[in-house]
Amino acid sequence: MGYRKVAIVGAGITKFVRRAQETGKELAWQASKMALDSCGLTLDQVDCVTLGTAPDAFDGVHMKGEYLADGAGAFRKPYMRHYVGGGTGVFSPIHGWFHVASGMADVCLVVGEEKMSSCYPHPQGAFITIFDHTTEQPLKPTLIWIFALEMNRYMQTYGISKEDIALVSVKNKRNALHHPSAQLGEEITVQDVLDSETLAWPVNRLDVSPASDGAAAVVLASERVARRLTDKPVWIDGVGFALDTAYWATRDLCYPTYVETAARMAYEMAGIREPDKEIHVAEPYDPFDYKELHHMEGLMLCPRGEAARLTADGVTQRDGNLPTCPSGGALGVGNPIAATGVMKIIEIFLQLRGEAGKRQVPGKPRCGLAQAWGDLMQVGTVVVMRI
Amino acid sequence: MVKRVAIVGIGTTGFRSVTPGVSYREMIFEAARKAYTDAGLEPDEIDGFVTAAEDFMEGYSIADEYCPDQIGAVLKPTHTVPGDFIQALATGYMMIMTGAFKKVAIESHSKASNMMKIDELIGFAFDPVYNRPLRESPHAIAGLEMTRYLFETCTTPAQCATVVVKNMGNALHNPHAAFGAEIEVEDVINSEPVSLPLRRLDIAQHADGAVVAVLADEETAKALTDLPVWIRGIGWCTDTPTLEMRDWGEAAYARLSADMAYRMAGITNPAAEIDFAEICDEYSYKELQHMEALNFCMPGEAAHFTETGVTEVTGELPINISGGGLGVGHLFEASGAHKILELVEQLRGEAGTRQLPDAEVGLAQTWRGIPTATGAVAILSNR
Repeated sequence: MGYRKVAIVGAGITKFVRRAQETGKELAWQASKMALDSCGLTLDQVDCVTLGTAPDAFDGVHMKGEYLADGAGAFRKPYMRHYVGGGTGVFSPIHGWFHVASGMADVCLVVGEEKMSSCYPHPQGAFITIFDHTTEQPLKPTLIWIFALEMNRYMQTYGISKEDIALVSVKNKRNALHHPSAQLGEEITVQDVLDSETLAWPVNRLDVSPASDGAAAVVLASERVARRLTDKPVWIDGVGFALDTAYWATRDLCYPTYVETAARMAYEMAGIREPDKEIHVAEPYDPFDYKELHHMEGLMLCPRGEAARLTADGVTQRDGNLPTCPSGGALGVGNPIAATGVMKIIEIFLQLRGEAGKRQVPGKPRCGLAQAWGDLMQVGTVVVMRI
Repeated sequence: MVKRVAIVGIGTTGFRSVTPGVSYREMIFEAARKAYTDAGLEPDEIDGFVTAAEDFMEGYSIADEYCPDQIGAVLKPTHTVPGDFIQALATGYMMIMTGAFKKVAIESHSKASNMMKIDELIGFAFDPVYNRPLRESPHAIAGLEMTRYLFETCTTPAQCATVVVKNMGNALHNPHAAFGAEIEVEDVINSEPVSLPLRRLDIAQHADGAVVAVLADEETAKALTDLPVWIRGIGWCTDTPTLEMRDWGEAAYARLSADMAYRMAGITNPAAEIDFAEICDEYSYKELQHMEALNFCMPGEAAHFTETGVTEVTGELPINISGGGLGVGHLFEASGAHKILELVEQLRGEAGTRQLPDAEVGLAQTWRGIPTATGAVAILSNR
């Protein structure tokens, strides 16, 4: 089926830091301005704006989308916020795709913003309120606990060791050394990960992405406008998203079915039959190191339980057959939730245009994928891009 | 290429001031079940789902988590728009227009009675640096805006009170409405002051309720129903969120979103081409301000129109036949939902004792409330 073609033509991203001096509005402004400048557009050429940002509880601002509107460039424009928890960032260009592919707009500015540091003393405090008020909140769970359950289930099901998983953290933090926005680029070893403090077994501190402040933006355009603006438009060829039940305790946590469902939708739209061969570079969501493996399997980039072996064999390194998180991912660049997803979109955009500098993967990739995940281990969002 | 999108099913719980017997998830289930029955569909035949909700109103962070089960959206493309129902409707409209979705369900609800201190909660929407330290009630901002509107248009509080009398009166004929009453202008202008010139009866009271609507592309809509209600135009807009930078007399967000919707629907003379409208009257003066922004009349004329009965059910341009926010209840993110519900019932000829004869084109307009300057407009038609 033929859809109206939609391209990414520009991108902008702030530095990701633990505690930004700027307000959320200012971060959103910086990223939006950079994105527009990168493709030579001004705000009056933008038809509409969409914004992705995760829980209001981080900022303590009710209707945070309304608060951020003018920072994101939405002054007197059609403007909407969209929200699927941690999956929001990669959903942002999907919402933008709706605007342009439907013919409602020719140019859509897509902004992802997160300022987690306003939540004092630590944004983890806001996460208690994501749990069901009757069945879960009385147990006083933290996010780390439920991911510890999931990681353990994943390890037990496929016989994967903590060392196998730690390799992801080592790879991504090293990749992030070359990312100008990165918060946590560093050379570490598997032993460093295993020796870092245990938060909730089997999750150690270096298995986890940091809390961050930051913003990122992309400009989407219809085919006619895109071809005028740039000789290297990157096309959004497939989008997919799926939300699983809220009752996460009823699911087998060893496999993210919702990611597979979302990926199948995106692959069908993009005409991809063999994702492991046709996808040249991937940015799966990696807020925890095991999640990268989990998501590679959900995305059908490898058989179930095989992702750890591919990582150990170096297949997912920048110069491997399937470079994964060449940006440094959430573990390395940082994890300002909605902005992280847009950062991953931007990484694929740059990789496909051959503009990723030191992070460039060899072999002129022509097809890439970004994915995010969120809510209560519940939602998958996938975007397939081609040059 | 998809040409048109229609509403093919709608369901609601109705709206009540308190609903202690049901949880919000049960309310949504009821509305969804009615909407799918109305559309003649099973939930697994629907391709995509959009919900409109705000975290703080739900009492959850990531309220999106708890939306799929009760609307039958598990493992389906589902997302939340933290905005008004009409913005979610616009998203659903765009999803279908892309060609990737044929049937999309839109959900929104209010469980305002769960909130113990609603004004303090809305206080968290103020700019945390410049405005929140003033600790003003949201009604204080509305009082300021009303003062400016009355000044610019030479309107009086008593004229605003006629809006309240009309809308609460209309609500008596709407079985969904929570606050139908027969009152007089004196009752409004003698009710206790909240933030003068705003008085208690000028302010819509909040209500609980859920609405689910099902959209479909033209081909599917015609196969499903003999009474499709077409989305002829849709627009949404955000003016500045910064209170200090706004034009307080005029509702620019309403004017711009209406312009967008009129352009799409090919409407050049709204007062003549639109048969009836459901517009935001969260505060009495807002109905007048919005009438002017929607170009139903010149600035300053809205009060006169109301006093002379133009906007009565029997008038030339009936406004808020349902009872509006003042009569039905203020529903926060679902505000636009009850307006769309009224449009659909009128355009299908299912509005019972308040049915308009020969209604063909209706307009719904919504505003996201203090302190936002965001609104949306939808134009629906049975032709």
